[in-house]
Amino acid sequence: MAATIDQTLPENKPMRTPRHLTESGAVRALLIGVALLLVGAIILLPLATVITQAFSKGWDAYAAALRDPDALAALRLTLITAAIAVPLNTLFGLAAAWAITKFKFRGKQLLVTLIDLPFAVSPVISGLIYVLLFGAQGLLGPWLQEHNVSIIFATPGIVLATMFVTFPFVARELLPLMEEQGVQDEEAAVTLGARGFRVFFKVTLPNVKWGLLYGMILCNARAMGEFGAVSVVSGHIRGETNTLPLHIEILYNEYKFSAAFAVASLLMLLAVVTLIVKSVVESRIHRN
Amino acid sequence: MNNWKSIRILLVSALILTVLAACGSKKEETSAGSSASPSPSSSASEESGAAASGSPAKVPDPIELLNVSYDPTRELYEEFNKSFAEYWKQQTGGTITVKQSHGGSGKQSRAVIDGLQADVVTLALAYDIDAIAGKGLLKPDWQQSFESNSTPYTSTIVFLVRKGNPKGIKDWNDLIKDGVQVITPNPKTSGGARWNYLAAWGYAAQQNGNDEAKIKEFMTKLFKNVPVLDSGARDATNTFVQRKIGDVLLAWENEAYLALKEFGDEYEIVTPSLSVLAEPPVAVVDKVVDKRGTREAAEAYLKYLYTEQGQEIAAKNFYRPRLQAVADKYKDQFPQLKLLTIDQDFGGWQEAQKKHFADGGLFDQIYTPGS
Amino acid sequence: MAQTTKTKRLLPGFRLTMGFSILYLSLIVLIPLAALAAKSASLPAGMWWETVTAPRILASYKLSLMTSFFAAAANLFIGLLLAWVLVRYRFPGRRIIDGLIDLPFALPTAVAGIALTTIYAPNGWIGRLLAPLGVKIAYSPLGITLALVFIGLPFVVRTVQPVLQDLEADMEEAAVMLGAYRRKIFFRVILPELVPAMLTGFALAFARGIGEYGSVVFISGNMPMKTEIAPLLIITKLEQYEYGQAAAIAVVLLLISFLLLLVINLLQRRAGRRLHAA
Repeated sequence: MAATIDQTLPENKPMRTPRHLTESGAVRALLIGVALLLVGAIILLPLATVITQAFSKGWDAYAAALRDPDALAALRLTLITAAIAVPLNTLFGLAAAWAITKFKFRGKQLLVTLIDLPFAVSPVISGLIYVLLFGAQGLLGPWLQEHNVSIIFATPGIVLATMFVTFPFVARELLPLMEEQGVQDEEAAVTLGARGFRVFFKVTLPNVKWGLLYGMILCNARAMGEFGAVSVVSGHIRGETNTLPLHIEILYNEYKFSAAFAVASLLMLLAVVTLIVKSVVESRIHRN
Repeated sequence: MNNWKSIRILLVSALILTVLAACGSKKEETSAGSSASPSPSSSASEESGAAASGSPAKVPDPIELLNVSYDPTRELYEEFNKSFAEYWKQQTGGTITVKQSHGGSGKQSRAVIDGLQADVVTLALAYDIDAIAGKGLLKPDWQQSFESNSTPYTSTIVFLVRKGNPKGIKDWNDLIKDGVQVITPNPKTSGGARWNYLAAWGYAAQQNGNDEAKIKEFMTKLFKNVPVLDSGARDATNTFVQRKIGDVLLAWENEAYLALKEFGDEYEIVTPSLSVLAEPPVAVVDKVVDKRGTREAAEAYLKYLYTEQGQEIAAKNFYRPRLQAVADKYKDQFPQLKLLTIDQDFGGWQEAQKKHFADGGLFDQIYTPGS
Repeated sequence: MAQTTKTKRLLPGFRLTMGFSILYLSLIVLIPLAALAAKSASLPAGMWWETVTAPRILASYKLSLMTSFFAAAANLFIGLLLAWVLVRYRFPGRRIIDGLIDLPFALPTAVAGIALTTIYAPNGWIGRLLAPLGVKIAYSPLGITLALVFIGLPFVVRTVQPVLQDLEADMEEAAVMLGAYRRKIFFRVILPELVPAMLTGFALAFARGIGEYGSVVFISGNMPMKTEIAPLLIITKLEQYEYGQAAAIAVVLLLISFLLLLVINLLQRRAGRRLHAA
């Protein structure tokens, strides 16, 4: 199974590395060993905890936790949120990366830094800023209330907070990559008479597709898993404005530990599904 | 050339995502439109919109109330809401659903201030409802609206210790002994923890004849014995029962009983000689109910808490009932002890907050060196 | 300068993409953050300064900065190693490991915090082994660092990985022909290419660590002056309905992270330019 997958892997240049371009077997084994150990300690251990806790009360309890109407409502809200936030941030990431890496202008570093900023903003703050803006005591709050538009403590607020938190992912993935690739290919295409979107779709996009995909996957994973910021703007109304991470917190606080971890494992599963999609897409492309 | 393929696949996946998003929101709209299903927030705002545009607020049917409450009342209100829905059906023939929102008391209060459309609030301390009243969402003398200080049930602070009470903890002065680890959440982030702190303070005040220097010494020793200051009451309980840290957990009586119920024989409750009467009050949020036309239902909801059924449910969920008949029935569950009250012994919440918990207040002084 | 601009503008779409980027950036990030700054400005200046320089607050900045720095530094090495192994070598389970790298993003931070505390608390799987040795992980700065390593791990891996994947073999090939040893090739040829990406990853992990809340509060123990992180103090201020003060601390945190990112972005830029000039 693993072998068949491996054969369909993207056969990038480094993979056909000739002997003289790689390390000796011993060094390789050592590096791989250390890497596995680190992944085990840092990532696998917490995951194993989640899974063992999830099944600590058996399959039935696990299934019951996932079939709970509140859990399903939370799942739906989480999916909707991700489905709005990820495409928008992807569009932004592509546009920003194009502007920043293909052109020279003043204040470029400032712009890049501003794009990074949401990473650095504490989730607590990223929720708070929307409360300050749209809350009843906030700048736009009174106007919104008059017109009966609810933004925070409703789906739009949750989507906004998620967009803020996942804002840099796609752009961040693309920037170093497109920077590294320079502008020669695109300029050649333009010189040969190609225009606008055609240059982008024919030259740039194929060059950055893996970076783009990584970025989207990260963006999606984070969008589904965001806790802090969403917690501030959600209002925690059961079955209505609770996302999966918030639902997990509720279960945990109700001493339903195994149910909490069961729902957490569902989020992990969603991440795994996106990864499978990624593998399938990769292999399809390379078979052609 | 495989470029086109990859582009097409990317585009298609993007398209699918967008369509999914559209479907999702459409679904939401339809479910909001059908009145049978418990509808999401958009319907609530639409209803309130309709109510607000016509000047006499029309009572929507089925009625939906939002009860914004604090963490430990989940089990209580889950049961109470069902009972109230039946009662409402009997009384009026109408359908009512009560939605619940739980979180830290202060956080919930801020959410209401910031626009969460709560019809009723049932929070851990009057201070948090005062804060809402301070923004004009309900009248300043809200605490007179219902009987008994608008507190249909009370609780107190007790000790939860490990089975057999290995450290022999009987009363507050046992907590400051060397080698005793005390678990309590941080009073600056947790409403429950403020009750814990005040109960300890009240005991020390009684022992030391109100000598403030001595009381402070007692409190400093007490918090020296605290290895972890969790941010919320449930987090503290989890530290004690899940991580097995500490010898004694300071907790609401109802939380301690709930922990006993959940975790069985590993723990026991110790009731100290003196504690504080914890009054978690309830209130109707005037601004919201008037806008949504739900005042009648909201008031009936809170009044139902005072009826025998309501009191019974409170007692079953380990809150001390106000109604004598129910209190007598559950008197084994709630031992008698001397209880201080916030108004008489601490001058009310505003003053207690300023003196003890505000920045630079007495609690901070325990932890800030040189003061 | 004018000339370079002209040649660069050979490509189309600058106005469109730039305009959209700035608009989106303003709507989602800048305007909301301005609301924060406005709120903090509502405090009188003296009060503002007093709030952000109180001893407890200073202690929390220090703690947040130190733990984030060490976590990001650890991630720099771990991340480079993982990216290298994942891109250059083939071994069973590679694909699975590759997928797992992202999970710290997908796992809600609170779950991560609870899981890590379960493992490293004195009665946890690993905490139990370390407790007799007198090593305390949970409820100490070490525990906070560990949580931040977990949270920040994907940043370095995922920024280095694509660059490493796209690295042309030509240069290495040339170096080999010139008789360079493998180690020399790594340090002289490969590493400089990776430095910009590594710096980015480091900066992101660092900045993320400073603001992280959900996973840290469970494992930190929240002892004032000792293990109280800066974001927790923002929450504390909010609990007292001190929105202005909370915003003031938030603005300081934001400025620290912003400067950090800006410096590292400039450094990265320089590293990149030197590379391409050479």
